[in-house]
Amino acid sequence: MATKSGRTISSVRERSAKSLFLRWEFLLVLIFLGVNVMNISLSSNYLDAYNLFTNINGFLTKALVALPMAYILLLGDIDLSVGGNICLSATVLGIVFNSTGNIWFGIMAAITVGTLCGALNGLILTKYTELAPMIVTLATNIVFRGLSERILGDGSTGGMQKIKWFTELYYGRVGNMVPYLFIFFCVLALVFGLVMHKTVFGRHMFAIGENKKAAAYAGIKVQKVRMFVYTLAGLICGITAVIYCSWMGSVKSNACEGYELEAISMCVLGGISTAGGKGTFVGSFIAIFIVGLLRYGLNLINLSGQTIRIILGILLIVVVLYPTIQDAIKNRKKKAVK
Amino acid sequence: MIQTKSKSLGKFSGLLRSRESSLLLVMILLVLVIQWRSGGAFLTKTVITQLTQNYAYTMVLSFGMLLVLLIGGIDISIGATLALSGMSTSLLMADGIITNPLLAFLFSIVVGSICGSVIGVTISKGKVIPIIATLGLQYIFRGLTYLVSGTKWVPSDKMLAGYKSFAQGSFLGLNNLFWIVIIMFVAMFVFLKWTNFGRQIYEVGSNPEAAKISGIRIDRVKIAVYTINGAIAGLAGAMYTSMYATAQGNMANGAEMDVIAACVIGGVSLDGGQGSAFGVLLGATTIAIISKSLSLVGIDAFWQQALKGGIIAVAVLINVIVQRNAARRALEGREI
Repeated sequence: MATKSGRTISSVRERSAKSLFLRWEFLLVLIFLGVNVMNISLSSNYLDAYNLFTNINGFLTKALVALPMAYILLLGDIDLSVGGNICLSATVLGIVFNSTGNIWFGIMAAITVGTLCGALNGLILTKYTELAPMIVTLATNIVFRGLSERILGDGSTGGMQKIKWFTELYYGRVGNMVPYLFIFFCVLALVFGLVMHKTVFGRHMFAIGENKKAAAYAGIKVQKVRMFVYTLAGLICGITAVIYCSWMGSVKSNACEGYELEAISMCVLGGISTAGGKGTFVGSFIAIFIVGLLRYGLNLINLSGQTIRIILGILLIVVVLYPTIQDAIKNRKKKAVK
Repeated sequence: MIQTKSKSLGKFSGLLRSRESSLLLVMILLVLVIQWRSGGAFLTKTVITQLTQNYAYTMVLSFGMLLVLLIGGIDISIGATLALSGMSTSLLMADGIITNPLLAFLFSIVVGSICGSVIGVTISKGKVIPIIATLGLQYIFRGLTYLVSGTKWVPSDKMLAGYKSFAQGSFLGLNNLFWIVIIMFVAMFVFLKWTNFGRQIYEVGSNPEAAKISGIRIDRVKIAVYTINGAIAGLAGAMYTSMYATAQGNMANGAEMDVIAACVIGGVSLDGGQGSAFGVLLGATTIAIISKSLSLVGIDAFWQQALKGGIIAVAVLINVIVQRNAARRALEGREI
């Protein structure tokens, strides 16, 4: 009987939670459609597929970091060091490439450095669990960017554009239309989404985000999972650095400034709670495109970057306020019924 | 769980006091090393004057952040609030609407407190997590700064002479801006130690549920704290524009990170309910000393960022290790 009653309780919970998520994603889809309708009405050029993909490519470099960021937020952690990490990895790529002349060495060095930086975050945070992830990654962000500043000074490192196939990583397209980067991103997002929702590891992450102590008592190796996720974030930062280099062809020490906050706001817009344990991957996937396309659309009507920033800020606040407003309306209705 | 907490609370103030004294010791050592390595160039009148003048605004900001961290919140929008209030004040001065320096300071504080209260309401009534609310509002405030100024900057000659000279002037041998820091420190110290509201802030931070049950209106405390923090950011905005005698859209970008670091070095816990005005003063001074002295010691400019981050990380780590030791000692004491 106990199991039966347990099951009913859990099924009720799940259903209500599910419907909430459905509603959330429904809202996101509505916003997504709204943004597209707005963009189409603003400019007839919007639906030009080639331009559209060019623009999507532009924000996909940021979006790549949002994928592991979703995991980190799901754990109830945060990583403010991704911007510095990408910057340092890209710097190392440039330096290694220029000193060895072999782009492969550069790519490997960048990915290694990125992964190591992520692992360093993970190591500090899992060894000293009392530390707030926010302050540690804040400090490591300064360190990573500072190292890149030390290496580059006021100058920059470049020359990557001489390698034709390397620039193709960002600019190349299948059938002269769909960018490689777009396909890569979608595949990666699919893998991330499946791991988050369909694997034991994913369930572990949800459990840790919900309640670290309970998860530890349930036999989940909390610190191992955290370590892995931070290292994974570092790896993705390394990959992003490679794509950034392919895109820009040169690196300065202020590269990728603010990527961390962009990635976090994309995830939060997608419904991933920064308190951990809540959210779906589909949500953040849609949110990435909402933010990117909204920015593109507002650019089309020549709105200044500053105004766009205000609009994105308002969108973020309104979306996170949405559940509270929904609750308030529900309560009022209940009172009215009574 | 509750029992251990209340037991450690008795030892808590003693522990804090020892932490602050150890921080003071570290600071003195730091100053001595810098003095030695720089060949006596650090403890001179010009350097000290520059230090107290240039970093006064981050010290003031740290006191506001202390309150926010004490209730278990965080505010990463203070850089943007500072810019918005400083910019709008400077614009009104340039347009000749504000003709009195004191009025300029007051106006800046008002703008800041409006920003702060918006943050407070969003967090308490809207039930949004502080970091997300302030992240979103940071975009809005920073965007508004550019919007009101039309992405232009206010040059020095458009500002009131009295406003500009305030930051350069001194009283009893100390820079005016540093007097603001001192007044702020004394006010904050008294406020947190001996006023009812100050104690409520600690209670809300250390155990919100208990605070609620004991009759504290948490929402009101939260809104008040964020509003005070905004007002302080507004004050800092006036200090900043008066010191640099210009107002630019990107001013104080990233200041929040320095301020949070100052608080953490000063022993404020990000979980809330733990920290003191004296600790924050020491933390903010340490950050100021580090920022100012790295070039004096002959460390080249490009190392400075990396070193600063490293020092913050080490300070935080030392905090944890000290706390672990203290906790172990406390446990041993109980066993006997």
